Amino acid sequence: MRKLMKNVSHLVLPISVMVLLIIINLVKGADYFTITMINGALYGNIPNILFGASELVILSIGMTLVTAASRGQDISIGESATISSAVFVWFVLRSGEATPVTIIVGFLLSCVVGLGLGAFNGILVSIFKVQPMVASLILFTGGRSIAFMIDGKLSPILANDISNRIGTVIPGIPIQTPVILTVVFIALFAVLLKTTTLRLYVETVGINPNAARLNGINPKKVIFLTFLIMGFCSAVAGFIAVNKAGRHDSVNLLKNIMMDAILAVAIGGNSLGGGTFSITGSIIGAYTIEMLNRTLLRLEIEPAMIKVFKAIFIVILMVVASPVVRDFIKKVLDRNRTRKEE
Amino acid sequence: MKDISKSFPGVKALDGVDFKLREGEIHALMGENGAGKSTLIKVITGVYEKDAGLITLHGKPIHFRSPQEAQNNGIGTVYQEIMLCPNLTVAENMFIGRSHAPIVNWKEMNEKAARLLDSLGIPASPIQELSTCSIAVQQMIAIARAVDMDCRILILDEPTSSLDEDEVQKLFELMRALKAQGVGIIFITHFLEQVYEISDRITVLRNGKLIGEYKTSSLPQIELISKMLGSELEDISTIRKHEPVASDAGIPVFEAVGLSSAAGVRPFDFTIHKGEVNGFAGLLGSGRSESVRAIFAADKVTGGEVRIHGKRVKIKTPLHAIKHGIGYLPEDRKGDGIIEDLSVRDNIILTLQVLKGLFKPFSLKEAEKFAEEYIKKLNIKTPTSNTPIRSLSGGNQQKVILARWLLTNLEYLILDEPTRGIDVGTKVEIQKLVIRLASGGMSLTFISSEIDEMLRTCSRLIVMKDREIVGELRGTDLTENDVMHMIAQGGKS
Amino acid sequence: MASEKAIKQKARLSNSNLLFLIASVIFVLMYLFAIISYPGSFLQFQTFFDLFNLNAPLIIMTFGLCIVMIGGGIDISIGSVCGLVTMACAVYLEKRSGSIAGAIFLSMGIGIVFGILHGYLIAYLEIQPFIITLSGLFLAQGLLTTLHKDPLNVTMPAFVNLRDFNIVITWLGTRNRLGVFIPCQIKPGTIIVAVLLVIFASLMKWSRFGRNVYAVGGNSHSAMMLGINVKRTKFITYVISGLTAGIAGFVYIMTTGAGNIGNAAGAEMKAIASAIMGGTLLNGGVGNLLGAPIGTLTLLVINELIRAAGVQSNFQAIVSGLLLYLFIILQSIIMSLRDRKRFTVALPPWLRLSGKGQA
Repeated sequence: MRKLMKNVSHLVLPISVMVLLIIINLVKGADYFTITMINGALYGNIPNILFGASELVILSIGMTLVTAASRGQDISIGESATISSAVFVWFVLRSGEATPVTIIVGFLLSCVVGLGLGAFNGILVSIFKVQPMVASLILFTGGRSIAFMIDGKLSPILANDISNRIGTVIPGIPIQTPVILTVVFIALFAVLLKTTTLRLYVETVGINPNAARLNGINPKKVIFLTFLIMGFCSAVAGFIAVNKAGRHDSVNLLKNIMMDAILAVAIGGNSLGGGTFSITGSIIGAYTIEMLNRTLLRLEIEPAMIKVFKAIFIVILMVVASPVVRDFIKKVLDRNRTRKEE
Repeated sequence: MKDISKSFPGVKALDGVDFKLREGEIHALMGENGAGKSTLIKVITGVYEKDAGLITLHGKPIHFRSPQEAQNNGIGTVYQEIMLCPNLTVAENMFIGRSHAPIVNWKEMNEKAARLLDSLGIPASPIQELSTCSIAVQQMIAIARAVDMDCRILILDEPTSSLDEDEVQKLFELMRALKAQGVGIIFITHFLEQVYEISDRITVLRNGKLIGEYKTSSLPQIELISKMLGSELEDISTIRKHEPVASDAGIPVFEAVGLSSAAGVRPFDFTIHKGEVNGFAGLLGSGRSESVRAIFAADKVTGGEVRIHGKRVKIKTPLHAIKHGIGYLPEDRKGDGIIEDLSVRDNIILTLQVLKGLFKPFSLKEAEKFAEEYIKKLNIKTPTSNTPIRSLSGGNQQKVILARWLLTNLEYLILDEPTRGIDVGTKVEIQKLVIRLASGGMSLTFISSEIDEMLRTCSRLIVMKDREIVGELRGTDLTENDVMHMIAQGGKS
Repeated sequence: MASEKAIKQKARLSNSNLLFLIASVIFVLMYLFAIISYPGSFLQFQTFFDLFNLNAPLIIMTFGLCIVMIGGGIDISIGSVCGLVTMACAVYLEKRSGSIAGAIFLSMGIGIVFGILHGYLIAYLEIQPFIITLSGLFLAQGLLTTLHKDPLNVTMPAFVNLRDFNIVITWLGTRNRLGVFIPCQIKPGTIIVAVLLVIFASLMKWSRFGRNVYAVGGNSHSAMMLGINVKRTKFITYVISGLTAGIAGFVYIMTTGAGNIGNAAGAEMKAIASAIMGGTLLNGGVGNLLGAPIGTLTLLVINELIRAAGVQSNFQAIVSGLLLYLFIILQSIIMSLRDRKRFTVALPPWLRLSGKGQA
């Protein structure tokens, strides 16, 4: 039992926030957990959270790796997703008919684009040693304009059967497709971590790049790889988002999702300063953030104020993680300990 | 002459150290890395709190809580790294942070600066940007600032490391001028000739303890070196070194010709044979660490040829070296060695895992097996193999890193100061291990500031001084005396 | 004599001044190019004054940002804070019938509050400036939308008078198509820019605080050892940056007369570009406040040229960004050629990967 407790101790933070939110929701209305079946699919507060957080979960996984290896965050994930999904939509529309083949090829094309964008950021960070947040500032500022141009300066509509099914439900399956896709993605990722030394390399580079190098690991390659993965995650997230929406709105697609992703990683118990990481934590963190968003809406707080709350939340997390505060807490604890011993 | 005395026993870094500085005296403070010199200075200047002891200034006990306080009481410090702002002018650097006047009077400041520069013979203009001055001049400006603040005690921490001969002489002129004015100077350096040229007295520290205070004129260089590098008595009579078998001498395991690196290593040759343990002797700054790092390609290699078992190979990155069976235990355990947040187990399997590759991760069971094996073999004291390595003591951390290398298929292991900052028991264990490994056919390089450790384990010693190899000792010539002499004179006695 | 030998080096310009000189030269060149290409508009004096009149808020924000950057930091919240202030003033004046003086105090107050928040978290708690000011950016945006979603026109008579107030220069002007002489007009915003320019330039050159900022930006560890209170200095730079954002907000609404959630969006990128073009180095310690307006004007002239050449609005942001990166590299080349060092792109502490060990 103790061993189990130790293994999940890093998940205490996201789980406790989630529990808190559940309590608040139950107070607001005891019917929080009810699930109904509409048109052969499950709906309800919990299923809706799973549905709504799909893109965020995938992005948070990528963000976790980037943060762990390069000790910084990628703020262009929304813009990256917008560009790659713009390419997807462009391809599908110009192919005329939307068949499973065109959708799949379109998806693969958008993944290539995503990898390219990830490489762009990755080169800046690994070779030119620019801080991730500033390197990704370039795509953050210009990304949506580029996507808009790919869209032909419109907001193209993606209305076909397959997209519909990807975006909502496949008839006969009670769980919404995005949720299934997310689960598949998580599973594939778990396999990746199990069959490669990615975790060890990323954590070592994040903790001590010098020592990593002296043991034969190339920190540049590892950091570059994490950005490639992030690019891929953005592409997948963009794919889901655009199929959900039914049209490609390059101004608003996944707007400001980077804040939620950073929060998800932090709430997941991961240090924003890099090093050891927990994907499980980030996944729980992502669902928690989605729950937080919906709870705030349910409590009838204005959408605009939600931004304010989240900004304050990030600041509080950063304060708690700051070295100055950490040292202070350590000193206080040491003082109490010596006082007890006296 | 009024005595300015400071005496304090203290912290683990400093154990009952006494120190006395007299007015108008240039006093050299010497000792290897980790001997306690910087700690002593930081305690004097208020950066650190002393645990015990007494500091007096002109007979009055003092207690500084910050470098500012020390400065205000007449103690000026010039650090090894220039603590000035390169983007400000010379005059600004001399006067900024000293007055509380809200408005800067440029004319007055420049005039005052010009006067000060002239009086000390510093070739710089008050209005030029500091970055345009050479390092030597920048250092002199830092000293000028300290002097202008009416310091009565000037601490110079390794001021000559980046200076050439002429610049060193200029610095010494300045120091003599200050000495004539009655300023007491503490001069930290590892350059022996400079110590003998300029200092009046020498204090030697070793392992945090005071070895002694001596008048420079009465301490021959050989004795000084022995006091800095000599050992404490330990029961190590059971250690008998391994002499390489004659049949193993043939094609060397590793050979480097003209190897140079970006870390200031000038082209040098190096050879080592199977079952041989060689050491590098020399004082701090002699270039030993840099040389072995060049062998491992830890620093950027800028030239030279490397051969393994006679075959020419390319070693440009640590990974190449590792793949060819070379291991390196770094001098800076914390910065270059341990991955502090990872477990003991992960730290042990790290390099072997890298050798296996990205797509063949060890299962938890396999990793556990390796970890347990070496925890037992090397007697590593850790609660579990899952414990983060940062909770272990220095000695045990070192053993973990050793385990990491021994797990791989090593032919040649480089150990750079493996016994520094470690308890005596583990020190002996490591030395015995080195001999055992050599007997098993491994080649090793063992660097230590404690000459006796190397004498006990090495069959051959390469002596370095001022970043050059000055000689090699083996067999009957391998005595402490011979080593000291070679360091002192660059030749055999 | 020693100092005579050094007199040879007396003639050499400081880095700050050199970059300012380069910025000025480039500005003059650009303006001449503009005049030649589009004499119709650029030859008129009014165009020159309009650059100030219409962009005063941006120049004011750049002042504060320059000071923060010289100190080695960065503030990307200024655009959003400016926008927030415009809406706050609009609400205050229109809905709460406030006075103009009250609005001025409100603007400065909001700016200072943000400055204090940022300054404390960055200087005293040592958190990365980028993420703190990014949070500030979102905080301000959120508050802005919460305050009032729709554009709000201020119809208060005293304010409208202020908005329409012009200082007329009778002896300088142009003839319009009908041949009528129209004298040049300067809006109050431009006057404020001029006043702030004098204040801040003097502050940085002649006050102890100003020199401390340079020292902290040059080498903060050395600055601390030299006796400068690094934390307090950094703190004050962020307060100033917030203050200028607040003033810029007031000037903004004074010029446009309305609060709008899109106000000053993206201004921080333009301000950073302006500061860099004006000769303030990205890595701190170097910069000249006189360069701030020059840099801004250069940026504006270039944008005008791009627009006049028919480049579409989407491209404008991309082109400006590209120019900015070209500028950074140009600066780095010049700086490294000067010191004959190896070519490195000069990156500030908040840009580089931090922490123990570098890859």
